[in-house]
Amino acid sequence: MAKDGGQQHKQPKRSSTEEEVEQVEASEDVQERKERLDEDVDSILDEIDEVLEENAEEFVRGFVQKGGE
Amino acid sequence: MSVRRIMGTETEFGISVPGQPGANPMLTSSQVVNGYAQTQPLARKTRWDFDEEHPLRDARGFDLSREVADSSQLTDEETGLANVILTNGARLYVDHAHPEYSAPETTNPRDAVVWDKAGELVIMEGARQARLIPGAPQLNLYKNNTDNKGASYGSHENYLMRRSTPFASIVRHLTPFFVSRQVVTGAGRVGIGQDGAAHGFQVSQRADYFEVEVGLETTLKRPIINTRDEPHANPDRYRRLHVIIGDANLSEISTYLKVGTASLVLAMIEDGWLTDDLSVDRPVTALHEVSHDPSCTHLITLKDGRKITAVQLQTEYLEQARKYVEDKYGDDADRQTKDVLHRWEQILDQLAIDPMKLSDQLDWVAKYKLLQQYRDRDGLEWDDPKLHLIDLQYADLRPDKGLYYRLVKSGRMQRVVSDEEIRMAVSHPPVDTRAYFRGRCMQQYAPQVAAASWDSVIFDLPGKESLQRIPTLDPLRGTKAHVGALLDQCDTASDLVRTITGGAAG
Repeated sequence: MAKDGGQQHKQPKRSSTEEEVEQVEASEDVQERKERLDEDVDSILDEIDEVLEENAEEFVRGFVQKGGE
Repeated sequence: MSVRRIMGTETEFGISVPGQPGANPMLTSSQVVNGYAQTQPLARKTRWDFDEEHPLRDARGFDLSREVADSSQLTDEETGLANVILTNGARLYVDHAHPEYSAPETTNPRDAVVWDKAGELVIMEGARQARLIPGAPQLNLYKNNTDNKGASYGSHENYLMRRSTPFASIVRHLTPFFVSRQVVTGAGRVGIGQDGAAHGFQVSQRADYFEVEVGLETTLKRPIINTRDEPHANPDRYRRLHVIIGDANLSEISTYLKVGTASLVLAMIEDGWLTDDLSVDRPVTALHEVSHDPSCTHLITLKDGRKITAVQLQTEYLEQARKYVEDKYGDDADRQTKDVLHRWEQILDQLAIDPMKLSDQLDWVAKYKLLQQYRDRDGLEWDDPKLHLIDLQYADLRPDKGLYYRLVKSGRMQRVVSDEEIRMAVSHPPVDTRAYFRGRCMQQYAPQVAAASWDSVIFDLPGKESLQRIPTLDPLRGTKAHVGALLDQCDTASDLVRTITGGAAG
């Protein structure tokens, strides 16, 4: 799947101030979380693809109910 | 009062035979109910007792004449259609063209969820049994409310209220609450308008099928406030508020908050706590508009001219409820009342910021997020059959096919009750209402139970010419504390009836 190609994880340099290190680590967290979420979306859609009724149009058209209550 | 009161849910399930849209739904519904009845062979002969049913009695103080009533309103005439009274105190039967599960009376929101979810297992089992019959068609059951072609079927809530509360104040304070609560309790729907002809997603399954503000009907010209007045309890003390404006929820949190918040609002109405007039201008239109806006930013116009969102309108009720509970109980409020208030607040806060973050809690958001993910991946428009299929299949009761169940299985939906509790509730009644007496009677004496209903159990005893009717008019009697030991001691129905009537039964 398509990912932002340009965002390589930066290794914090030894000379960085603590603040910069934290910022880089924070952005890594965000990136990792985004990847995890993307993978999560992929996996749920893959899973649902497998169980969806095959002919959507016919299946939906055939679902006819009478009113109730 | 708190979130605790006598309450219960009723659900009519969608039913279909793939490839046979013309299959007779009365027949297929009967197959599901009779399929379940086969698992309860002793209970098969027990009839429903219609003695105390008054579907044409109106809470505004008059009876609709039977001649002018629509035949679908005459629900007290025996139709000969399948009917089973379950050992958990519920009623399973065919209502018009759907299998319906009416949960037993419970005393609190959490129990209402447990016995509501037990109904899903009951229907699943009935369908499984029906499919086992040689030559039987493949039956699919759905916990939803519309076929998106013009037909809607209900999921109702029932709340026992004080008779002394003026009906006008119920209408006044409940209508704005019902117009706005769908942002919490909606089940989500693909399609706009009763026949789904316009394309798009909306928050509620049911909103488009409501056409008037107050009325007795449930099948045509559906009203936001239903006035059916069948208390199934002492009519001098109680009314049963029959709520027909709600979606069938699969999410436990949606059901829990649906009944929990309604119960709190009713308590405030009963105690005269609500004084602000939040009346909505043209409430039926507002109901539709709120449903058609999944961004939850639509502004509702109140009669006093204010314009606020549905979330803000719900927040007005939440804030009143907080003050009310604080005033009545302080820190001594029971845990469920505190929990309902806490969850309600969290959800309303999140709805105001980003509704999509609630995809692991609310039905409509879970469904909407899934649909949006498909739209993003496959570039689908709202008229795409695949999106309609996802809407439908979210509510499919087959555990392997139902998308709600798939989300639960993969840990994507939060829950409030456990599988174990739900399984127990399939065969066991709640212990703290009269459903306990009814359910235990069906467990122990089913062959001698000629009929039963919410407010009676009727025995046909050997050696007795007349039937013996045990009234159960008080929903809070017949509990385990009240009759548990008695039922333990009585081996036969004759023993029980003799003990209850003091040996006087003739």
